[in-house]
Amino acid sequence: MVHAVNGVSFDVNPGEFLGVVGESGSGKSVTMMSLLRLIPMPPGEIVSGTAVYEGRDLLQLEPDELRQIRGGKIGFIFQDPMTSLNPVLTVGHQIEESLKIHQGAPADVREARAIELLDLVGIPSPEQRLESYPHELSGGMRQRVMIAVALACSPQILIADEPTTALDVTIQAQIIDLIKDLREKLGTAVIWITHDLGVVAGLADRVVVMYGGRIVEEALVGDLYETPQHPYTSGLLGSLPRLDQKGEELVTIDGQPPSLYDLPDRCTFAPRCPYVFERCLQQSPPLLRIADTRRVACWWDVDKEGPRNGL
Amino acid sequence: MDSRATVTPSTSGPGSGEVLVRVRNLKKHFPILGGLFRRHVGAVKAVDGVTFDIYRGQTLGLVGESGSGKSTTGRVMLQLDPATEGTVHFEDTELTAIKGERLRQLRPRMQMVFQDPHASLNPRMTVASIVGEPLREHGTRGAERKDRIDELLSLVGLEPSHANRYPHEFSGGQRQRIGIARAIALSPDFIVCDEPIAALDVSIQSQIVNLLESLQERLGLTYLFISHDLSMVRHIADTVAVMYLGKIMELAAVDDLYTDPKHPYTQALLSAVPVPDPKVEARRERTILEGDIPSPANPPPGCPFNTRCPVAQERCSIEVPAWRELGSGQWVSCHFAE
Repeated sequence: MVHAVNGVSFDVNPGEFLGVVGESGSGKSVTMMSLLRLIPMPPGEIVSGTAVYEGRDLLQLEPDELRQIRGGKIGFIFQDPMTSLNPVLTVGHQIEESLKIHQGAPADVREARAIELLDLVGIPSPEQRLESYPHELSGGMRQRVMIAVALACSPQILIADEPTTALDVTIQAQIIDLIKDLREKLGTAVIWITHDLGVVAGLADRVVVMYGGRIVEEALVGDLYETPQHPYTSGLLGSLPRLDQKGEELVTIDGQPPSLYDLPDRCTFAPRCPYVFERCLQQSPPLLRIADTRRVACWWDVDKEGPRNGL
Repeated sequence: MDSRATVTPSTSGPGSGEVLVRVRNLKKHFPILGGLFRRHVGAVKAVDGVTFDIYRGQTLGLVGESGSGKSTTGRVMLQLDPATEGTVHFEDTELTAIKGERLRQLRPRMQMVFQDPHASLNPRMTVASIVGEPLREHGTRGAERKDRIDELLSLVGLEPSHANRYPHEFSGGQRQRIGIARAIALSPDFIVCDEPIAALDVSIQSQIVNLLESLQERLGLTYLFISHDLSMVRHIADTVAVMYLGKIMELAAVDDLYTDPKHPYTQALLSAVPVPDPKVEARRERTILEGDIPSPANPPPGCPFNTRCPVAQERCSIEVPAWRELGSGQWVSCHFAE
């Protein structure tokens, strides 16, 4: 059995931008998909936990109720717009679909709203584009359409799963600029899942770092980059080359990411950690709150350069 | 050697030392066939006249967005695809003029590391046979070959005990190490690294780049490092060429290019790359390019970048800019850069 996500807890406030950073297999996508029960079940299974949205547990809702929230209150943008848009339906149809389902709007209202949305996400001549099929658009344009679909019902939360990873860097800059702009205009909370610490640095208010199916660190964006507390976070930051400075040899995190087949009874990062000591191999560290806005799951205190007190 | 002089002016870019690979006005056009009789109706100009030198023991970083022609340039340089026009010299041999056995004899000296370590290793071959295949092909046998395989595996940070395993037993980073061991098996001078880290996790990328750098130092290798990761190219390259729609926009020593980019495309490209530091990000100014890269089957007239260029003038859509050297030793293809 693969234990993809193990005991992850976090909050998102209205209008907040939360970055979720992790490498492949860290559980960042599975976490977000599980919230909306988008994981195929079976084989997947949510063993325990709650996902409370405005006082209601999404994991306990009836399918009908959940459907009202998915796409209505919570929008989702996927990584690859080529596989998540339907190739045989026009762009207009796909945007209007959620308006029809969630709001039961009449055809002329839906069309007007679809044009407005395409204009909002920066697609030129939106009236004509309603009739286009996804294959007629470039990658960047398709991702804009995905964003328009996700925003159609003015959701309160937008979950974006690696939305720029498949795009070229100049197109990525366009999409990031668009999301920033939309957030200012609409006040939507955003959860941005990425492997790229560079992307969230300029976007997020708060960042959660995941490793091996757990949250290992959570902090306000400035604190995380300035004084990383978890050895994985500092290792990851050290291994990144910088565009704005010529560095020496890159720091590496030795070894490989963990296998998730067994639920570990020790810290999942221990085999790669430079600070590893006895306790790390005996017991998995809990996610400790070390300041108001800061949590870390590590037995080692980097400031004190010794084992963490009081544990 | 004569053809070179007629094609371009004597020098072609920054750098010093001994030139190992000399590329002059290289073009690769793929025909577009259409109609009932599959007639030639046009061409995708994947590489459309690139010129540069790579100096022995150094790394040329070749950057660009998808479809800019950087991988095709690498493949054509090694004669994996025939060039449409132009020349590639390896030392004094014109690769574009030889084929068959003569080319095969030079192959050991020029190798390639591919992007996807899952697709570039045969799943039915053991590590020993993958790494040993070039050795066998070029005449190393028996115990000598086995010793060399062990040596290669330890050079790239694997264990000799890994030799009898199959690629699926390894992680992406380890597979890339196997690909690198195969590439250095015949002690090459020159390696084309085509997006060698693009498929790897962030924490593994730095391991592979450090390995490539230490091998370069120990074995005196020369690299063409093809990548879309501008931060990593800054780290590894000595000289950088920026491609757009099959042409080189700017060619400069690495620090010059990153601290004082001259071409409007280079400027926009660099400003688009996020920096992992919130303080730096907060005060950076971005040039957001409008629109998408035009299709290389139908590139715009004049400067290929003119449709997205923030400073384009009328002249840019009519006249192809000359490849010229600026006072600073940076080479650009732009009417207005100075």
